[in-house]
Amino acid sequence: MSTVAETTAKLTPEHDARPSASVRTRLQDLLPKIVLAPSFAATIVFVYGFILWTIYLSFTNSKTFPSYDITGARAYQRLWRWTFESDPPSSWYTSITNMGIFGFLYILICLALGLFLAILLDQKIRGEGVLRPVYLYPMALSFIVTGVAWKWFLDPGLGLEQTLHQWGWTSFHFDWIKNKDFVIYTVVIAGVWQASGFIMAMFLAGLRGIDGEIMKAAQIDGATTFQLYRRIVIPLLRPVFLSAFIVLAHLAIKSYDLVVALTSGGPGGSAWLPSNFMYEFTFKRNEMAVGSASAVIMLMTLTAIIVPYLYSELREKPR
Amino acid sequence: MSAITSPARQASSGVSARTINRIVIYGLLALFALFYLMPLFVMLVTSFKTMDEIQNGNMLALPQSPTIAPWFKAWGETCVGLTCAGIKGYFWNSIKMVVPAVLISTLLGALNGYVLTKWRFRGHTLVFAMMLFACFIPFQSVLLPMATILGSIGRFGVTLRNATGFNFGLGNSTVNLVFVHVVYGLGFTTLFFRNYYEAFPTELVKAAQVDGASFFQIFRRIMLPNSMPIFVVTVIYQFTNIWNDFLFASAYAGTGDVMPMTVALNNVVNTSTGVVEYNVNMAAAMIAALPTLLVYVVAGRYFVRGLMAGAVKG
Repeated sequence: MSTVAETTAKLTPEHDARPSASVRTRLQDLLPKIVLAPSFAATIVFVYGFILWTIYLSFTNSKTFPSYDITGARAYQRLWRWTFESDPPSSWYTSITNMGIFGFLYILICLALGLFLAILLDQKIRGEGVLRPVYLYPMALSFIVTGVAWKWFLDPGLGLEQTLHQWGWTSFHFDWIKNKDFVIYTVVIAGVWQASGFIMAMFLAGLRGIDGEIMKAAQIDGATTFQLYRRIVIPLLRPVFLSAFIVLAHLAIKSYDLVVALTSGGPGGSAWLPSNFMYEFTFKRNEMAVGSASAVIMLMTLTAIIVPYLYSELREKPR
Repeated sequence: MSAITSPARQASSGVSARTINRIVIYGLLALFALFYLMPLFVMLVTSFKTMDEIQNGNMLALPQSPTIAPWFKAWGETCVGLTCAGIKGYFWNSIKMVVPAVLISTLLGALNGYVLTKWRFRGHTLVFAMMLFACFIPFQSVLLPMATILGSIGRFGVTLRNATGFNFGLGNSTVNLVFVHVVYGLGFTTLFFRNYYEAFPTELVKAAQVDGASFFQIFRRIMLPNSMPIFVVTVIYQFTNIWNDFLFASAYAGTGDVMPMTVALNNVVNTSTGVVEYNVNMAAAMIAALPTLLVYVVAGRYFVRGLMAGAVKG
């Protein structure tokens, strides 16, 4: 980020102190700011202003339509109560439990699989140029397409189960997509399918950036391949792990489309994530305040992850 | 980085161990390639099968009597909700939304990146950080206020039409979505151009300034001609994101004939009237996927660069 810090000498011409500075010159000086202003203003209003608006709504008792009388933290109290309502599970309990399961498995499997594939691909593979795009293309697809494809593939009557039955494995049973206790794991499968190739590409770029000399030195010292990766390569990849984690956490919290397309929410809303909860409560169940409160909670979760990361990325690095 | 098996180790462990090693590696790689290709393969073959073959045949089998009828039906006849005119209209809706949204957000991103690197002012890092953070927010946190505002703009558009006979695009779903995607895409486009221009020699800009070139002259004559790669990266990134968006599309254009492609596809697949025509569904999904897949095939390298730039800052 700060690689060009030395070239960042003040470019803006010294403001002409003479009173004779023409309007034109002054306009030229202001021009950069004028150009940037609409974008910045849009960000202030439509991002930060709207976030405040949502926070405000979460403290009202808005139902179908927004109401602007502050009525306290009732929406949050309800969410808090629902957090512990596990039998029968409240939709919020289901959503956050699913978020935990999905987030944990999705991030973990994507990282593990991505790293594994990257290491395999880094062994001077013939045909790497063919394999890499094959692993990565799902990232170009919409979550809706991914959902439709996997819905078909995992359907007990049409997809994998049926195929294996036809091949003679008649006892094979796989109906997770219709099972309220397991449907969230099908979201994990489809999610991993979509994102792991990209994580592979991140790790591969990281591997290619490692100095070959270090590897050679370790090999001369008699390190086995396994030791080499465990003790040297993987520690060196730490920044990639961090970036990949941020990307995945961000994708996981924002996941919405995949649940809709793959499971239509699952039996009885059993596949909901907080994003689905927010959408349903705000637009379908006329519980705008509760929906807003859940959106605020999502935002705070993401902020807790992203802000420290952005701060460390943008901070002027000491030279 | 070099491969793990160094010449020294190859000699000591013998040729056969190395061969087995290679076979295992290639085997695993091929297995994973199958995992990634399977859903696309199934989708593709299913879209060319007759319903009869789908119900009685094997999911993985190639079509016995390939037919492109499902594709035509998906394009021109299938039912989306209650209207049965295929997905073609929705496909064009998406195109009409994507093209202006991509162009506007990319151009603004280029200008912003130019200002934030070559015309720095006090607080430029803060401005950038605020725009960057906007990329990462869950859009649920702005969804409702935006819906309210778009609603009022729409009502204002009606008033305007009653008064002047023309609503200036206010309240038009496509215009709304273009606006939304530009606003929430600015963070990424600015990020891309800022990081690219940061590495661009500032001396060139300074020299041009000394020669009396204006702000826009420098942008047009010096920055733009040297920005081709980042333009391609940004356009592809924005195109893929906006084409694939579902949340905004379903919130602001979720019903009727204004739906973009993703929403229409979801409706096609979840319409449960009569027999579900899986081959038509799969053809519709393929049509929805084709534009981004095509871009990926043609310019995959730039696509990956965009993803990386969006992930790894600096």
